[in-house]
Amino acid sequence: MKPLSISGSPHVHSDESTKKIMWRVNLALVPMLLVGIAYFGLNALLISLVSVACCCLFQWLIEKFIMKVPTTLWDGSAIVTGLLLAFNVPATASMIWIVAIGALVAIGIGKMSFGGLGKNPFNPALVGRVFLLISFPVQMTTWPTVGKWFPMSLDTTTGATPLGVIKEGLMNGQKLSDIMASNDMPSLLNIFLGHIGGSFGEVCALAIIIGAIYLLCRKVITWHIPVSFILTAAIFSGILWLVNPEKFVDPLTTILTGGLLLGACFMATDMVTSPMSKWGQLLFGFGCGLLTIIIRNWGAYPEGVSFAILLMNAVTPLINRYIKPKRFAK
Amino acid sequence: MKTFAMGGVHPHDNKISTEAVIEQMPLPEKVVVLMNQHLGAPATPVVAKGDKVKVGQLIGEAQAFMCANVHSPVSGTVTKIDTCKDPFGLAKPAIYIDVEGDEWMESIDRTPDIKRECNLEPKEIVAKLKEMGIVGLGGATFPAHIKYSVPDGKKAEYLIINAVECEPYLTSDHRVMLEHAEEICIGISILRKALGVPCAYIGIENNKPEPIRVMREMAAKFQGIEVVPLKLKYPQGAEKQLINAVTGRKVPSGKLPIDVGCVVSNVGTTFAVYEAIQKNKPLIENILTVTGKKLPSQHNYQVRIGITYNDIIKHSIGELPENTGKVISGGPMMGKAVCNLDAPTTKGASSVLVFDESEACRNTETNCIRCGKCMNACPMGLEPYLFSSLVKNGRFEEAGKNNILDCIECGCCFFSCPANKPLTDEIRLGKNKYRGILAAKQKR
Repeated sequence: MKPLSISGSPHVHSDESTKKIMWRVNLALVPMLLVGIAYFGLNALLISLVSVACCCLFQWLIEKFIMKVPTTLWDGSAIVTGLLLAFNVPATASMIWIVAIGALVAIGIGKMSFGGLGKNPFNPALVGRVFLLISFPVQMTTWPTVGKWFPMSLDTTTGATPLGVIKEGLMNGQKLSDIMASNDMPSLLNIFLGHIGGSFGEVCALAIIIGAIYLLCRKVITWHIPVSFILTAAIFSGILWLVNPEKFVDPLTTILTGGLLLGACFMATDMVTSPMSKWGQLLFGFGCGLLTIIIRNWGAYPEGVSFAILLMNAVTPLINRYIKPKRFAK
Repeated sequence: MKTFAMGGVHPHDNKISTEAVIEQMPLPEKVVVLMNQHLGAPATPVVAKGDKVKVGQLIGEAQAFMCANVHSPVSGTVTKIDTCKDPFGLAKPAIYIDVEGDEWMESIDRTPDIKRECNLEPKEIVAKLKEMGIVGLGGATFPAHIKYSVPDGKKAEYLIINAVECEPYLTSDHRVMLEHAEEICIGISILRKALGVPCAYIGIENNKPEPIRVMREMAAKFQGIEVVPLKLKYPQGAEKQLINAVTGRKVPSGKLPIDVGCVVSNVGTTFAVYEAIQKNKPLIENILTVTGKKLPSQHNYQVRIGITYNDIIKHSIGELPENTGKVISGGPMMGKAVCNLDAPTTKGASSVLVFDESEACRNTETNCIRCGKCMNACPMGLEPYLFSSLVKNGRFEEAGKNNILDCIECGCCFFSCPANKPLTDEIRLGKNKYRGILAAKQKR
């Protein structure tokens, strides 16, 4: 008989793996992908394919030729990054090649330069997105309008996002009530269903909520970050709205527009770049919500979710250091 | 339903040997009795080579404070007093005995009658526990006479009987409760008297409905014994977690259960206490599960201590399957992997668990993705991921400041880690290093 193997306890494992977690996230992103394709057609599909393919390719190349380690492509995390990056850009024809640059930045600088999955301090997809936003400001803020279902041509008419409409109107000195009543502003139902302008993954609140519920049920994420993020944004914007309803957007529109839901449920909850303890996560969500509202109302950009999450990513190590879990008996 | 406050995991319980009635393991030709089968200093041999011994005769005497008597499990001739490698490969002082017949000490009552009356005073009970070499059978093998001598200034309020058996696979406690419920309750009454507590609570997890029913029926016939069903969650059988689950109290860091007025005893120990006090039978036998998903049959045995693992395997399943990967003494979560099957069993042995090669294999380690599953699983509220990196970087004192010594090594962190990081191994290393640092500082 062969010699017995020796190891420390425990001798059994839950069978949980990074791979399983990442593929669950991918599955949770499918509703958003389908809605994006339904609303924006071929462009959305092509952008997603290019983004995912480029993320995988760059990760493989970097691991093979620069890091010289066995590839970790099959853990599915490059696909998560690719999908999230694609979801965060407008579904216009010009983005199809621009997103490839975003993929290089997201995977190359955002993730692999730090040593790969688990070592990156910032959410790679957001690093890629913010790079694109700063480098290609025109293409990144040219939004396609939602017209018919499954548009199969690459040509798109351009429109504006609800947040863009509001920002521009306020800059022009319009009253908020007038802006909300104007034809450019979609109804709340359309905002909920995603029949609005915007990055193609972030428009449909319903699809995001379905994906998030799946992740919660499979225990990939916990409620702490999404709930504290969304609640903080709602309460803070609610206070501002009560103070001056002609200048500040009401809480419901605040939550449902822009990338807030997608950010709160899928970007801020990225386990690698968010705090570990429950109280740390609540603080993280609070910071994200607060910064988002500040940037939206007083910043140069109409949207602030990406910046808010990246800023909070930067303080995550500090949060981990100072906010400890509750010990058993202290 | 009650359970402990934080953390915990749900491994598959795999209790496949619950139906196997406890059988008597036949005597082998030779036994080896280790002198330290308990926590603390080894016992001192009081027999010499060539001496004839009887079953239950004292052969190793407790001379240190933290020590327990050792008795001969067989009758025969002492052939050697030497060292012997224990199941984990460490040499320990031992007495070798050739078995001749099965002649018991006259003082031991071997009749099957149940003796219910106990007229001993608390002090006499504790003295008899010491004489009979009783140790805790839950795994730590803590000498019982020390546990039941409550220090001055402290008062026991709760006696908690640990019948949780939260480790997967193990069924010895399960079987003992089904087959010896009355003896257990008498044992509990004796311990209750020794401590002077009004009520004893038997904690049983709700995946054992049959033992809960049997113990409830039996406890109703006794005064001051209550069965507390607990919600299934590992590691409910860990002392601090069980106290928390049953009483809601929390044993502070670095303190003992008695500091919050609790004494915890394993259910198997209460059976041994009954036999020792009422039947004058020293601790020379324990109940042991032989199990494994790939084994042809599952067994529960009453085994004399000193029988080797090979003898047990030979008698129960013939020989180990061809693709055996690991043999574990104890449960899969906290048990130790056996490297030496020629070693004898000891008082604390609770099982022989056989894993095939695929079950024995660890998955490949990948990068930590900081998912926090280890932290959420930790029943002590610690940060295993942090210890892992601190220990790797040699920052043991920082690990100490983050309460690494509070770790109970239950294995929940490693069990739940999606990156398959050997967190429990790293924490064990860190604890030992940090203890070394503390000891060195004290010396200086």
